[in-house]
Amino acid sequence: MSQDVLLKVDDLKMHYPIRGGVLFRQIANNYAVDGVSFEINRGETLGIVGESGCGKSTVAKAILRLYEPTAGAIEFDGKDIINMSKPDLREIRQDMQIIFQDPMESLNSRHTVGTILEEPFVIHGKGTRAERRKWVTDLLDKVGLQSDSVNRFPHEFSGGQRQRIGIARAIALKPKLLICDEPVSALDVSIQSQILNLLLDLQREMDLTLLFIAHDLAVVKHVSDRIAVMYLGKIVEMNDAESLYKNPVHPYTRALLSSIPVPDPERKKVHDVLTGEVPSPINPPDGCHFHARCPYAEQICTKQRPELTTTNSNPNWLVSCHLKENFIN
Amino acid sequence: MASQDVLLKVENLTTSFKTDEDQITVLDDISFNLLHGESLGIVGESGCGKSVTALSIMRLLPKPAGQVEKGFITYKGDDILTLTTKQMHTIRGKKIAMIFQEPMTALNPVHRIGKQLGEIYQIHFPDMSEEDSRTAQIDILNKVGIPAPEKRLREYPHQLSGGMRQRVMIAMALSCKPDILIADEPTTALDVTTQNQILNLMRELQREIKMSIIFITHDLGVIAEMCDRVLVMYAGKIVEQASVNELFASPRHPYTKGLLDSIPRLDTPSKSRLEVIEGLVPNLKNIPKGCRFRTRCDFEIEQCGVTDPVVEAISEDSSRTVACIRWKELSK
Repeated sequence: MSQDVLLKVDDLKMHYPIRGGVLFRQIANNYAVDGVSFEINRGETLGIVGESGCGKSTVAKAILRLYEPTAGAIEFDGKDIINMSKPDLREIRQDMQIIFQDPMESLNSRHTVGTILEEPFVIHGKGTRAERRKWVTDLLDKVGLQSDSVNRFPHEFSGGQRQRIGIARAIALKPKLLICDEPVSALDVSIQSQILNLLLDLQREMDLTLLFIAHDLAVVKHVSDRIAVMYLGKIVEMNDAESLYKNPVHPYTRALLSSIPVPDPERKKVHDVLTGEVPSPINPPDGCHFHARCPYAEQICTKQRPELTTTNSNPNWLVSCHLKENFIN
Repeated sequence: MASQDVLLKVENLTTSFKTDEDQITVLDDISFNLLHGESLGIVGESGCGKSVTALSIMRLLPKPAGQVEKGFITYKGDDILTLTTKQMHTIRGKKIAMIFQEPMTALNPVHRIGKQLGEIYQIHFPDMSEEDSRTAQIDILNKVGIPAPEKRLREYPHQLSGGMRQRVMIAMALSCKPDILIADEPTTALDVTTQNQILNLMRELQREIKMSIIFITHDLGVIAEMCDRVLVMYAGKIVEQASVNELFASPRHPYTKGLLDSIPRLDTPSKSRLEVIEGLVPNLKNIPKGCRFRTRCDFEIEQCGVTDPVVEAISEDSSRTVACIRWKELSK
């Protein structure tokens, strides 16, 4: 792995105040993201996987400063994002783009595809009218859409094609970082594979760095170099994709892996069924967030919060569990 | 499969929907059997007609747009399609029950869980006393693994989590001990660990009640785990029908093969290219002549565009079928 870090997130926290009572005072906090740190190297794909409400999308939006994080530091391409002024932020957002789960909601239904794709160039004052038109056609070609799409509206396209439009818009300004927030979870299987292939191709061609967020571990593993597993606002395990799958250590990672239905009827169906449900991020449990559902929990797990630290065997392998060394091998 | 008795027989079912301009055939001449005690999976992509199959069986097609054009659905000797509304009431919910993808939209948000569960007993067992009904409600909630059922009966759907709501839906569907449970994408809206809990629960309950399940999903992983036999649907047709082991080991229809190859699996290397089925599902208003899959098929020949491929039985007991004129040469 090269040491050329593009994005560095340090102890990111995003707490939402919960208000209530007669005077509408703040009565509690929703600890949506509670101390997340990671780095992404240039050209690399980091996958973030986790169940609903674990804070994975909040991390994505905080990186773009679509949300104002409560605490923490974000450094992108050597620049501090958190304390950046509005004009600077606009400038730097050319280099960091996002695609969303539902392209129908993120594309303006009253604009033609041509207008939608031209907008990034207009906002950043690039090119003449004729040049921009040419670029739009190039973009459509790049994401596998016909050039006559420019005069059509988003509703005339299928879900997969709309996601292609969303991708085209995101790569228009040749960003360095592309954040993909559940880009394929609304799509059918045969379309999903087309979009995943497209993302892999574009990454190779344009030297993109990807932050890929999804709840489907098989999908995340397919596109990622490294994977971070999130649970209730924290990263519980981070490792390179192959090792995470072959040698999961955190009990939650293991439960997640064994919960996935495998498309192979011959394989024996042994599942560790995880009991209970994800606790609320408003009142996260003391100690390890996972202890109430963890089959291995000991005294210490209920009292002390584990840190995300490297394992003895491998400095790139981070696990947040008091008992991790017992589980390794 | 315990016995080979056919519990539900669907023959030449054709269902269409009327729109302002024209009529769209959503199910085109599909036939299959559901055996006693088996789990039959129906797999396919959005718009292929899986849910419409379920709604046709339940006679819950949106009226007046949806209409069964022809065909028979025989349950225990009766053709469901010719029953009166009153007769249908004795079957729907009691003998054939259904659970839906999104429990929040299937449950009534303004009524307590207890009221919604109690309604079932009121309708199907009008002689049951209030007290017996309450005991039965608590029993069934216990059975689907809901903690503190007495408390839950007084709660509203929004107070429950997604997984709990789906458990309530399953409790409602199973409260009359139906012969057939139709589960339409029951776990699609749930997280994986919750999905795992619900699938386990369904497996246990099936063993206990000995019902047949029609399991509708787009997730081939769920199919592999839950089903004995599978129907693969594409654009309103059944393209292949096989036991789950045969289907995954030796898919015969090019669409089934494409589908199986295009899913990312945990054991394939990261960042490898996935096999894809090029193109898009055809618009049902404008179905290609001949085989519906041919525009996306790698093995299309001229003949494919001439006639609809017939559903051909390819096993001795004719339980395995495929609708592709080239299946024989392609499976060599």
